[in-house]
Amino acid sequence: MSFLMAQGMTGGYGSVDILHDCTVSVERGEIAVIVGPNGAGKSTAMKAVFGMLNLRSGRVVLDGQDITRLSPQNRVARGMAFVPQTNNVFPSMSVEENLEMGAFLRRDDIQSTMEQVYALFPILREKRQQNAGELSGGQRQQVAVGRALMTKPSLLMLDEPTAGVSPIVMDELFDLIIDVARTGLSILMVEQNARQALNIADKGYVLVQGRNRYTDTGQVLMNDPEVRKSFLGG
Amino acid sequence: MDLLNALALLSNYVLVPALAYGSQLALGALGVTLIFGILRFSNFAHGDTMAFGTMVTILFTWWFQSMGLHLGPLPTALLALPFGIAFCAIFVLVSDRLVYRFFRTQRADPVIYLIASVGIMFITNGLVRFIIGPDDQNFSDGERFIIKAGDFKKLTGLSEGVSIKLTQGITVITMIVVIFLLFWFLNRTRAGKSMRAYSDNEDLALLSGINPDRVVAITWIIAAALATIAGTLYGLDKSFKPFTYFQLLLPIFAAAIVGGLGNPLGAIAGGFVIAFSEIMVTYAYKRFIGYIGPNDWTPDGLVQLLSTDYKFAVSFVILLLVLLVRPNGIFRGTGT
Amino acid sequence: MRNVIYFLIMAGLLVLVGEFQSWNLSLSILNLCLISAVMALGVNIQWGYAGLFNVGIMGFAALGGLAATLVSVPPVYEAWSAGGTGVLLGTLALILTVLAAVFSYRRMQGRSFRMLVVVLISISGYAIMRSLFDPAADAIEKVNPSSTGFLGGLGLPILIAWPVGGVLAGAAAWVVGKITLGLRADYLAIATLGISEIIVAMLKNEDWMTRGVRNVVGLPRPVPYEIDLQQSDWFIQLSNRLHTDPVTFSSIFVKLCYAGLFATVLLIVLYLSEKALRSPWGRMMRAIRDNEVSANAMGKHVTARHLQVFVLGSAVVGIAGAMLTTLDGQLTPSSYQPLRFTFLIWVMVIVGGSGNNWGAVLGGFVIWFFWIQSEPMGIWLMDVATSHMGSDNALREHLVDSAQHMRLMTMGVILLLTLRFSPRGLLPEKTGRN
Repeated sequence: MSFLMAQGMTGGYGSVDILHDCTVSVERGEIAVIVGPNGAGKSTAMKAVFGMLNLRSGRVVLDGQDITRLSPQNRVARGMAFVPQTNNVFPSMSVEENLEMGAFLRRDDIQSTMEQVYALFPILREKRQQNAGELSGGQRQQVAVGRALMTKPSLLMLDEPTAGVSPIVMDELFDLIIDVARTGLSILMVEQNARQALNIADKGYVLVQGRNRYTDTGQVLMNDPEVRKSFLGG
Repeated sequence: MDLLNALALLSNYVLVPALAYGSQLALGALGVTLIFGILRFSNFAHGDTMAFGTMVTILFTWWFQSMGLHLGPLPTALLALPFGIAFCAIFVLVSDRLVYRFFRTQRADPVIYLIASVGIMFITNGLVRFIIGPDDQNFSDGERFIIKAGDFKKLTGLSEGVSIKLTQGITVITMIVVIFLLFWFLNRTRAGKSMRAYSDNEDLALLSGINPDRVVAITWIIAAALATIAGTLYGLDKSFKPFTYFQLLLPIFAAAIVGGLGNPLGAIAGGFVIAFSEIMVTYAYKRFIGYIGPNDWTPDGLVQLLSTDYKFAVSFVILLLVLLVRPNGIFRGTGT
Repeated sequence: MRNVIYFLIMAGLLVLVGEFQSWNLSLSILNLCLISAVMALGVNIQWGYAGLFNVGIMGFAALGGLAATLVSVPPVYEAWSAGGTGVLLGTLALILTVLAAVFSYRRMQGRSFRMLVVVLISISGYAIMRSLFDPAADAIEKVNPSSTGFLGGLGLPILIAWPVGGVLAGAAAWVVGKITLGLRADYLAIATLGISEIIVAMLKNEDWMTRGVRNVVGLPRPVPYEIDLQQSDWFIQLSNRLHTDPVTFSSIFVKLCYAGLFATVLLIVLYLSEKALRSPWGRMMRAIRDNEVSANAMGKHVTARHLQVFVLGSAVVGIAGAMLTTLDGQLTPSSYQPLRFTFLIWVMVIVGGSGNNWGAVLGGFVIWFFWIQSEPMGIWLMDVATSHMGSDNALREHLVDSAQHMRLMTMGVILLLTLRFSPRGLLPEKTGRN
């Protein structure tokens, strides 16, 4: 069984369902990417996995344990970490304090984890005393991911980590995400930039109107003429 | 010589009182700004919370006095202060549990909190008047002065004296200690940082596992402590009258807004801006000009810009000016 | 249907008071109920239509009271000749200063230079104004201080003061609204709190205008005096025909006259409010209230609309304030307490039903009725509750003495209970959505 298995998720915010029998899974140490057109329910699927949405049916299993009924906070304690698309740092707190807050639930020594984060994102070490709100967009995303890593999660979920940054910074961020995955984490990511995202993905999910349309390895999806035509712009 | 006399005069009637008053306002405004940062509403009950905490302190002071308990030269009220803080904290926690928490779970509009706080304000006001009455209460004891005007004159040979009341000294020292403790708490402790995180980005704080109920409770306790300390210092320095504390709401809010709502450093600066403006504008400069003006000439009038009856107008005008020119306050606050 | 039942119950309560206490008391409660209802309507226009939180109702009511004095009291010619010119010149200087400051602020370039010029104009203008004003005010206050010591008014019929009170309050609201509307709701709240404190401070301290805390008494009435009635033949005949005592009946008759006047105003304001609410303007206001962002996006000028509604609502409060001073027959600056004039009105609006004009009227009646009746009830309750303590018990004396403060708490509790358990009030707003 996969490390994360979210099976047959159906539900939405109000009475209208956004997700219909949607399934997403991630293997240990892999990068899985959800892509699809606007309004396909990509972010909703991510929120459903994190427990920010009430599911009418379906279940979420993490590392063999059913966590469908747990609150987001409790999922954090079980090893999930979530990086929202926007407002994902504490702007008036220093970079270091942002990381500390990420580790709020931990009672053990967090120094070594912080070192690991600084090793992954060297720029953050440089700016550790600066307020996160004063950083550039790309640096802020690094703070956001760093904050999430502070819980020592086994699954990191990123909601459009490259939204609103320049193409150069975007490439940098994708490289960093690969680096993070190499440390042994599983990553589930929603991306608007489908092409680059599938490039680094072990597994890709194409959602359309809240349903799974295509599911395969990133490479296969990239080469599938149907997918290319409809979702990757030729 | 005349210049020194003028300076002494100004210190005695402007500098010293404004420092003390500014400290009291700063402490009050800190409470308002913290509540705003965490709970995101302007707490109209803050003036009356001050009155409540002070009232408890006064009651304990009287009790201690009747038992013959004294702090020597210091006012007995300092001994009673922790009890005032404790009761005030319990009071605001109960009011949060009974009133505000419901609106929090509803994610109600900020203006609903505002109205609810007005409701709490009236209940508190009624409670205070019910228990201690609407009249002036004097509860200061111990030494009256650090320096008496007469001693100052003898010491310096000036014809103008500077007197510093003990309560003024205590006020300024307490303010410095409290502010030091508060900033240490906010910047160095886990709980304090979690408060700042919650104020910065509520959703992300929740994602990080910060317990909102705990943050809110800590905020109320700190606000109650600040309110009680500010109220007691004000009461020692001047006197305690419930209605005066209600009226303090305006300068306190002006201070918090001038400093940028939600910004603790701004609140302190705002407190002093308001206090100094208020006292400088309402001070009669007649004798001051007499010293620095040409020989033996004193103006006919009092040379007072504004009668003290209108001291609230000063806070109000400063408030309007800030809103006109920099709506986010001189220091940026979290409010927009 | 609910409307009618509630209002019938309210009428029943007033009749009960009339039967069991006295008709005089019942009618004086009714008169204040009517005035309260007008005030509540004014606040409802601001809060219910537009969601504006005004904490300075007291100040606008006080301006109405000031209008009543300035319009109705006969002028004191001696005072006018002593300092009239000075006061007029001072006022003129003040107006010119403000105009010059605003003009240079608008027209000049360069941020810091502009501020400097504005500050200089303000300071010098203020100095000139004070130099004209102070001696004049002193001279006026020296004129026969025990009975006048102020300029007096225009000596016009007091009914004219009612619209004038509305204009004064509206003008003050315009200044406050112009600066604070469009910012956070909290800022408007604080600013209104501030302006009301300042207005009341002015009434208390500008003796040349209001006699300050010595009060202006004996304002002319819009209705007959009891003593005149008791001496007129037609009145005595009427009284005999109704088998009443002419003295009691004369006071009831006067109160009925007031009630008629107040009810007329209430009905006019209510009619206009209802009409406005149902007009495209009213629909737009509510659209703005319910979703400011999208209304803004649709090109509605939200801040300008808010200013309109804020001025209108405050003007209605001003009218009610003038009516109240007319009924009292005197201007008592120290009687303006925020608890009574700001907070109580809020309780009326919230309990009655925010956004519903009939609700505001009902709230005005119900809350005023309980406000008046709760004091004797509270004292009685305390008396009974502590009766076992013995009549000279200190605690008992304290409790009975303090019973009046229970009213504040009661009203606070009523407000919070309504806000939590019935946020839409007794008569909820009728909306298409729910």
